[in-house]
Amino acid sequence: MTLTKHELRQGRISFAVWTGAISVLLVICLLVFPEMKGQMESISRLFAAMGSFAAAFGMDRLNFGTLTGFYAIECVNVLGLGGAFFASLIGISALEKEERDGTAEFLLTHPVSRTRVVTEKLMAILLQIAAMNLIVLLVSLFSICAIKEAIPWREILLMHFACFLLQIELAAICFGISAFLRRGGFGIGLGIATALYFLNLIANMSGKVKFLKYITPFGYCEGVDVVTDGRLDVRLVMIGMLFAVFGVAAAYRNYCRKDIH
Amino acid sequence: MDAIKTEGLTKYYGSSDRLTRGIEQLSLSVEQGEFFGFIGPNGAGKSTTIRTLLGLISPSSGEAQVLGMDIRTEKEKILARTGYLPSEAVFYPGMRVRDILKLSADLRKKDCRNDAAALCERLQLDVSRKVDELSFGNRKKVAIVCALQHEPELLVLDEPTGGLDPLMQREFFEILRERNGEGTTVFLSSHILSEVQRNCTRAAIIREGRIIACDSVEALSRSNAKRVSIHGRMDLASLGRVKDLRETQEGCSFLYSGEIKVLLAALADGEIRDLSISEPDLEEVFLHYYS
Repeated sequence: MTLTKHELRQGRISFAVWTGAISVLLVICLLVFPEMKGQMESISRLFAAMGSFAAAFGMDRLNFGTLTGFYAIECVNVLGLGGAFFASLIGISALEKEERDGTAEFLLTHPVSRTRVVTEKLMAILLQIAAMNLIVLLVSLFSICAIKEAIPWREILLMHFACFLLQIELAAICFGISAFLRRGGFGIGLGIATALYFLNLIANMSGKVKFLKYITPFGYCEGVDVVTDGRLDVRLVMIGMLFAVFGVAAAYRNYCRKDIH
Repeated sequence: MDAIKTEGLTKYYGSSDRLTRGIEQLSLSVEQGEFFGFIGPNGAGKSTTIRTLLGLISPSSGEAQVLGMDIRTEKEKILARTGYLPSEAVFYPGMRVRDILKLSADLRKKDCRNDAAALCERLQLDVSRKVDELSFGNRKKVAIVCALQHEPELLVLDEPTGGLDPLMQREFFEILRERNGEGTTVFLSSHILSEVQRNCTRAAIIREGRIIACDSVEALSRSNAKRVSIHGRMDLASLGRVKDLRETQEGCSFLYSGEIKVLLAALADGEIRDLSISEPDLEEVFLHYYS
């Protein structure tokens, strides 16, 4: 566990900044909800006039005036995108940063196997994602209590769980790519998260490209679908987790054979 | 048992259509307890050899054992008993020296506090400072402590004195001699020949990825090349095997590795006012092999 602890220490500032930023944004969103609830009629008219743009965010299918609808559209977007960026960045930099910063020589001339390096770094990523999601969930629940709304437990937990799975998938894919890189991971990580986010928006806008939902993890993390179906789309989740397994397997396979310069 | 043994060790970089030579058919043996020098200029293959031995890169072909263990299959066991000092020490940003030393010890699952404290004191290393604030020389000291604190059986040093001031270099070699006296094998890769000549018992010279000479430092210095210095004139063209020619107003000086009879005949035919023939130092031997 030495290396996992070391990774957690090294990443503590980034973890605090991302967790803090996502939490603050969620609190702000929830604090403005009571005001928006009072203007529901005008907001609904506005969304109706937005056409496919509203469809892209699922705003045409849920009532924005209820906490569940608001949470599914606003808060899940914040957590989905913010969490995706955080997960991609910690995943893509995990192995690549050792070579980029020149610390791989220090680390790998100690009696630690490459397999152990990959395993302990992966554990650090999973722990950071789990801790971030737990903190963000608690902040959300406290905020809902603060605005004196009833907590829609099932929907909230399902949406947060979907976001957690999305982050696991993205982190695992980026982790796999990280094993092939020597530098330049940040751009790739952010690029992947952004591209997958927009793929889901496109899939929402047109029925012809619905298949994109099978590619992007944002497909099963769609708050509107989770709330209307009352469950996660298991098929999409399974495909996503398969991508994650491929990512992790690629990380083990390549990093254990890689020449460190 | 040999501390290091390689047989035809070869490493090529790059893809199959564009291979770059790292080391080629490198065969070397370093006995346990030796203070061994590994000499060669930049790009000769010194670091590739070390990186291959330590498992950072995989060999393309050939065999190698370190402390009797195979570098491919027993990498972690080798590293547990080896201390490595890189030419350029890089550490994790934001960490203090004491944290780096503890991390290194923890990765080895050893309590090295006593050794670390003693080494830091001798090297005048402040453990409370952040590694980002340290000079190149002080970072080198941190790397020295990391390499030595777990009392390894084999020390692999890659250009170890870069950045250290002369007093620290002296203290460092003093520590190395003590460890060597206690049985530690020291493998010193360097292009500072005086360093190798002063400290090593045996040395190998590497050129373009291949070992071109390997012998005791004394024997290497006593190679058939002689440093000939003359005051006066002589016909150097008739000598043939002349290297490192340095001409002055008074005469000239050169390395000669041919037949002594030919040299004596050329000297006898020349107008020589003064003459000295001496054993070359290791630096001159190096030039002899490289020029």
